[in-house]
Amino acid sequence: MTPGGWYEPGSSPLHRAPAGGKFAALLVLAAAVFALRSPAWLGAICAAVVLAYGVARVPLRRCAGVARSLAVLAAFVFVLQWWLLGAGQALVVCLRVVAALAAANLFTITTRIDDVVSAVEGGLAPLRRFGVRPDRIGLLVGLTLRAVAALSAIAAEVREAARARGAQRSVTAFAVPFLVRTLRHADELGEALAARGEGDG
Amino acid sequence: MVCDVSGSRNPLPAADLARTVVFAAFIAVLGIFPGVYVGGSGVPIVLQNAGPLLAGAVLGARRGAASVVLLLALTAIGLPLLSGGRAGIAPFVGPSGGFLLGWILSALVVGLIVERAKRPRLPVLLAATAAGLAADYLIGVPFLGLYTGDLPAAATQSLVFLPGDAAKVVAASLIAAVLHRALPGRLAGSAKRAP
Amino acid sequence: MIEFEDVGHSYGERVVLTGVDLRLAERRVAFVGANGSGKSTLARMINGLVAPTSGRVLVDGLDPSRQGREVRRRVGFVFTNPDSQIVMPTAGEDVAFSLRRAGLPRRERAERAAALLAEYGLGGYADHPAHQLSGGQKQVLALCAVLALDPAVLVCDEPTTLLDLRNKRRFVELLGGLEQQVVLVTHDLDLLGGFDRVVVIDGGRVVADDEPEPALRHYRALVT
Repeated sequence: MTPGGWYEPGSSPLHRAPAGGKFAALLVLAAAVFALRSPAWLGAICAAVVLAYGVARVPLRRCAGVARSLAVLAAFVFVLQWWLLGAGQALVVCLRVVAALAAANLFTITTRIDDVVSAVEGGLAPLRRFGVRPDRIGLLVGLTLRAVAALSAIAAEVREAARARGAQRSVTAFAVPFLVRTLRHADELGEALAARGEGDG
Repeated sequence: MVCDVSGSRNPLPAADLARTVVFAAFIAVLGIFPGVYVGGSGVPIVLQNAGPLLAGAVLGARRGAASVVLLLALTAIGLPLLSGGRAGIAPFVGPSGGFLLGWILSALVVGLIVERAKRPRLPVLLAATAAGLAADYLIGVPFLGLYTGDLPAAATQSLVFLPGDAAKVVAASLIAAVLHRALPGRLAGSAKRAP
Repeated sequence: MIEFEDVGHSYGERVVLTGVDLRLAERRVAFVGANGSGKSTLARMINGLVAPTSGRVLVDGLDPSRQGREVRRRVGFVFTNPDSQIVMPTAGEDVAFSLRRAGLPRRERAERAAALLAEYGLGGYADHPAHQLSGGQKQVLALCAVLALDPAVLVCDEPTTLLDLRNKRRFVELLGGLEQQVVLVTHDLDLLGGFDRVVVIDGGRVVADDEPEPALRHYRALVT
């Protein structure tokens, strides 16, 4: 669990492009992918996305990772669609999957989470008058990442305890104590946040 | 000591925020910790998609759905919170993206049903989580149909996941039932909070 | 000045505190009592985490349950379990969280946080994931984050319960050096060397209120 997530540092034009613009481009691409039905056009989009990976100089190791997971998914989708709808339609669906997912992954690989947060904060700023607090997104990111770390430690402890009682195969022996301690953690965190002035406006 | 005071009628908005955040993290951790065995089967399953059902059953509709929205929003901006470390927009634009978005409705439906029960026992929880799963399919299947261009085919292929999801409905209900018994008056449905 | 005026508290049927009258002006005050005596609830009232169901509490003339915001600016709270008190992923971010309303630019907040961490022996840990700190370091971080706002009063609810002996000593030393008024909730009687006043609570009542030595003599008689 790294706060950095999928981001791959770099200095390509794609890395330097503003996150909001990249996101808008991604949405346009996704809409196009759903609207198009011609395998040739969809294939061209796939090729363009692959080219964009080159422009962004994504390390081969990451490319291979994305390709592998996409290949598994595409194969699964293709077989299923072939059986249900025939080969032609199966190809179209597969190309859609590959184009949309590869482009979305490229966005995540080339955009730092901080920049996404800033872009979202900027994009949501007009909603301020409706009581939305875009400036709190960074705070929510931090709080959630911290909670994931804390709950991971709790989950590991609970699993140890279940194992010690020889109950590692029972779903309730793990999940119930884990949930009880999760709720206790939430209560303690709520008190801690309140003590530190959260909710005081 | 902390148990003396925590949880009991804490009117502070920070408590709300904490539950939402911690439950979003809970669902994420269910995806990081694989290998929970259900019903004596030899194959460990990832419980993550039981998470939204549990969120609704434990926190109620509003906060349960809020925690799922938070989880999905943070996933979308790039935090690897979904099982297998998936992150970003990709999981949402993929063929099963609708099932992810359906988690929100799922938590909402489960919460609404559980909140109406005076003392949520296993039959109520089974019905609630089954309805929650149905709500998830209600969003997920048409989304998949959009992909394949054929709704009946999308419905047919979603049947592949039904046995596993049914097992998770049972697991979530069992877990929630034990929890409601262990913490009476603390969870959604079991007691109305003082105004 | 912290004042309790005929304070009582109950959760439904269960009475946790009754008839507590205290005026605390000393620099070092301890609440001592067994588990479930009500001492934690009493401490939580000082910054409005729990509101009394009868009577009232005043901190420098402010009522924590009505003027919570002002009171919480003046009263910092350190909890038993630093794992739930540390709310942000890294040590620096957690201290900076305290400064989020100080009206400083992000970089300046980070610099201030790092300086504060260094002051309390956590120099170089600003970008360190909080969950990788040792138990003692975590509790120091929790203290650091509270002190970032420079409160006038520091309430600590059994802050050493989860620490080993060495870290316990270190933490108490840190507390001893602070200029703040400190209210320490504990049943660890070894910690009370430099204290001015010890309030013994039992069954929701104040049963002794004195200098450490006589108060603790009373407490020992109570529990044996």
